[in-house]
Formats: sequence, C-alpha cells, structure tokens
Amino acid sequence: MAAVKYISREKLPEWLKALAAERRLLVPVEEGGAVVFRAYDPAKAPVFGSDATAPPKGSVFPASKELFSYTYGKEGEDAKPTLTLDPKTTAEPTVVFGSKPCGARGFLIFDRVYMGKKFPDPYYIAAREATVFVTMACDTVENTCFCHWVGSGPADPAGSDLLLTPVAGGWLVEAVSAKGEPLLASPALTDGAAKAAEAEEVKAKTRAALGEAPDISTSKEALLARFDDMDFWRDQSDKCISCGACTYLCPTCYCFSITDEGSGMSGKRLRSWDACMHFQFTLEASGHNPRPTKAHRLKNRVGHKFSYYPTLHDGLIACCGCGRCVKSCPVSVDIREIVQNAVAKAKA
Amino acid sequence: MSEPFNPYLPEVATILETVQETHNIMTFRVRFDDEAKMAAFKFGPGQVGQLSAAGIGEATFVINSPPTRMDYLQFSVMRTGEVTAKLHNLVAGDKVGVRAPLGKPFPVEDLKGKDIVFVGGGIGMAPLRTLFLYMLDNRADFGKIRLLYGARSPLDMAFSAELPEWTSRTDIETTLTIDREADGWEHKVGLIPNVLLEMAPKAENCVAITCGPPIMIKFTLEALKKLEFPDEQILTTLEKRMKCGIGICGRCNIGSSYVCVDGPVYTYAQLKALPNEL
Repeated sequence: MAAVKYISREKLPEWLKALAAERRLLVPVEEGGAVVFRAYDPAKAPVFGSDATAPPKGSVFPASKELFSYTYGKEGEDAKPTLTLDPKTTAEPTVVFGSKPCGARGFLIFDRVYMGKKFPDPYYIAAREATVFVTMACDTVENTCFCHWVGSGPADPAGSDLLLTPVAGGWLVEAVSAKGEPLLASPALTDGAAKAAEAEEVKAKTRAALGEAPDISTSKEALLARFDDMDFWRDQSDKCISCGACTYLCPTCYCFSITDEGSGMSGKRLRSWDACMHFQFTLEASGHNPRPTKAHRLKNRVGHKFSYYPTLHDGLIACCGCGRCVKSCPVSVDIREIVQNAVAKAKA
Repeated sequence: MSEPFNPYLPEVATILETVQETHNIMTFRVRFDDEAKMAAFKFGPGQVGQLSAAGIGEATFVINSPPTRMDYLQFSVMRTGEVTAKLHNLVAGDKVGVRAPLGKPFPVEDLKGKDIVFVGGGIGMAPLRTLFLYMLDNRADFGKIRLLYGARSPLDMAFSAELPEWTSRTDIETTLTIDREADGWEHKVGLIPNVLLEMAPKAENCVAITCGPPIMIKFTLEALKKLEFPDEQILTTLEKRMKCGIGICGRCNIGSSYVCVDGPVYTYAQLKALPNEL
C-alpha cells in the first residue's frame, strides 16, 4: 500500500479544486435543510461533520437515468416506418468526496447484482468504474448508527478508494484501492506517517463508542420463519405510512422502474428509482397484488435485506447500517427492532 | 461491435400480422429487423420476452410460438392495463421492441418419453401453446399427449383458427370446455378442474402442465392431487409484474426466487418450497 498522507483543513480547498478541475466532484452540502451530494462549488463549504441526509447513491445510480432515446421515422406516405434506438452507457468521471463509509459500502450490495455474470449492467458498470470514492471515517456516532451489526464499522474501507480519518488539524489519507492512488499526487497532501497512530486511536475510539452489536446472524432463517405470521408483520408495520422515504434514502436499495417518456416521434426510456413500500410496486394489471398491504411490503423490504439477499450472496446483508431509514422515518419505524424481534421470536 | 451487451436495449422488430383472437386478446407475429439476429435467435418453450413499443412501455409476455417454427415470434396480449391497451392499437408494419429470451423454459428434455396432459385456462393457454406445438413438431419424442383447454365462453377462446386441427388430429387428444352452455357449442361444458377429473389421466409416467387464472390453478392442483399426481410431476408457469426481466428490479421475487430468472416455470414441488406470496 502507498505511503499514508495528510491533508490539513487549510489545504483541503486546494485539493478539492484540483480534483474538480479534472472531473465531476460531488461533495455533501446543505440544501433546503438537508445535506446532499452536489457538484463542488468553491463558494459553498462542504459539510463533513455529520453524515449526509441522503447517501451518494445517485453518483453511480441516478434517480432517473436514460437507457436510450428513440426516434420513429416515416418518409412519405407509402414508406415503411423506422425505429432507431440510441443507448448511452457512457459515464462521466466522478469523485465522491466525503461520504461516510456506509454510503460507499452500499455499492458493494449493488455490485453483486449489477455486475452479475448473467446480465452485467453496462450503465451501472460504466458509472461504477468512472467513480472514485474518497470516504471519511467517522469520529462521532449517532444513536441511529448500526454499521457494526452488519459486518461494517465507522472506518470500514470496503467500497472506498481512499479513506480519510479525522485527526487534529485535518485528515490522515490512506489509499484503499489502486483506483484511489492517483488522487494522492496533489501537492496539497503531505506525508502522514506522523499522524498514523492518532488516526488509529480515532478509529478505535469511534468503534468503541458504538458498543456491542446484538447477534443477528440468524436473521436469514428467523425472517423466513415469520413469513406467514402476518400478525407479526401487521404489528411491525402498524405505524408505517408507506411514504417510501426509507427506500429513497437507503444506500443499498437498488430497485427500479422502467418507463417511457416522449411525445410525437421521439422520446426516451428511463430507469428510475422505485420503492417496494408503495402499493403500485407489485400491482398487476389484473388488479391482483401479491404484496397487497403495508405489512406485506415491509416484510419484503426487511426480508430482502436480511434474508433473501444474504441467501443469494454468501451471507452478505443488504444493509450498511447507516440508520437513515430510522432517522428519516416520519413515524419512527426502526428496522433494527424488526430484525431483532424476528430473531427473538425464532429463539422463543 | 465495441458496445457491451445491453440487456435493456430491445431488438427492433416489425409486426408482420395481428390476429384478433377474442374481444380482448390480440396476437402479434413479429420478426426482428436484423435478419442475422433473427436467424441466430434461440429460445426454449416457456421463455418470455419483454414486448414494447417506444413511448408506450414494456410488458412481459410468453413467446407462444414454438422454437420449431421460426418464421416469426408470436405474442398474445390480453388488454388489461395501460401498456396492453396501447399495444392493441398497433397494426402490421408497426415497429416494436423485443427483449428475449428471458427466464427458464419448460424442462423439455425431462419431458421426453413421458405422457403429457396440458390444462390451460383462458389466456393461460398461451404459455402452453409453445410447448404443445413444440411437442407436435417432435411428436415421436413424447408419449400420449392430451390437451384440456377451457375458456369462459366460445368467444373467449383464443387460437380458434387452430382448434379444428387440434381437435381432429388422431395422435393427440384435445378436449375443449366452456363454463356455461352456449348456442352452437359442440364440445364440453364444465369447469376445467371438473372436466379434468372426468378425463382422469393416469399419473404414472405422466406430467401435468397447467396455466390459467389463479382460481383455476388452485382447483386444478386440487384435482391433480385427487388424481394422485406427485408434486414433481406438475408444472406451472407463473405471472408476476416485471420490469427488468433480469433479476434486478425487485418486483417478481418470491422470497429469494426471482420469477423472471428462476421461473416462470416451476414444478408444484418447487412452488411449495417457496414462501407463500403468489
């Protein structure tokens, strides 16, 4: 691994400007009372202290992405119609700077699905390959954080290319992947060896602040065991108002819809974020709905993350423990409680 | 070709012919515009495709023509929702998009040498048609073939142009039924499960293959159990709302099984092992 570097608070804008000169640079900034990832603007200070309200999911997986544009043609009354489809799979080189480890780790869950062997997704792969994650390890924890429950932690480098750890006066900078190393070339960075021990202390202290994680290793079986127990799911989902905030703010929720938009002879086919918490998500044209109530839908959301996905992907839980769904739920549905309730019920 | 394979990009195809099967079912016969791709196209009976018209959207339909007849790919569309209503407005010469083949086909190799009883209800005949015709085109590979096809009324019976051949062939046994008496109807009257019990196919060395509306499937399965068909010898093909068709978008999963890639064909034994979310 390359030598560790150090970036001071004072020098940070210089590094950011250099990065922004070469590619799209996304940083967390305040906008409308929330912290969201937007293109870097030197006039607007990034918010690095607390975790962003929304994760950087859109950097690689935009809320709405054009799959292709289409054009119908017909030259003259007797001519045969034509249809031309024009896909754009290319992606803009991007740096996501200042996400917490959970926000970057979310893409590990995507990777298994979108970079599968059978149907590798050219849109996702192009964007993933074009994006570098410069992640900031946490030095504080919130009571909604539970990354340590799901095999992660406040300094988890998985899914990141560079890892920054807050130390006095700035950040220690470590390369995690070969993709991250070229970013260390900036003259704004200095040698960080002297700060390495301090960074390790910060990591250990933050990890300790999270405390012990409960044992949810049986979540796969425990949730399946509750599948037909709709009383359980009605209890868990009683408060839910099916708003879908949990899915839109989730770094690992990867479901989508495909729709067409156009007028006259041309338009485009779009892939857009969708939410399994909505009634329409599985509603069939016949009127039949395999997940007709919010209890069925919450069961699918929790089941997918803590049972079905790990079943298909070597036990990997499809949750990064960021706690956004807990923090942003308007009625305080808490996925941690649901998983623990299911696990407890299976043991009882 | 520098572009990687794009599973979301349909093949542009032209509608060669449409057939108004019933008041709400229309059949589309389409061919890819790229003849080389059409010539290279391979699929198995039971695999599905996403049929789309740009600007209208996509929906999933079984390719109901058999792989033994490649003059065109046939889709039969029941007018039910927004996309299907608009698809019904298309005419011969119009362009459509096809993403296919998707999903797993019927286990054709395992069916060789077996007696087969098809039980199709309404539009559920479409996914059976592809396998049924495939078997007719490879008749010597299979044992006794019986088809029970039912619809609400004679006017609701799709593929009516083919029914005279199906009922008159001597190397198969075709039974047609409708729910209630109708003028001029010369075949059975009665609900599919009851007619199936009358037919009483022997389960030994026989596979039952059924598709239809959920309520018909439910009672057909009960009838098959009365006839002592083991769960492994009952095949069905499921329908779910799908968007991607490649196991990603999250609609069609039953627990960890994605109908669009692991199905749509399942044995009753496989279905019973899945969580209960049909």
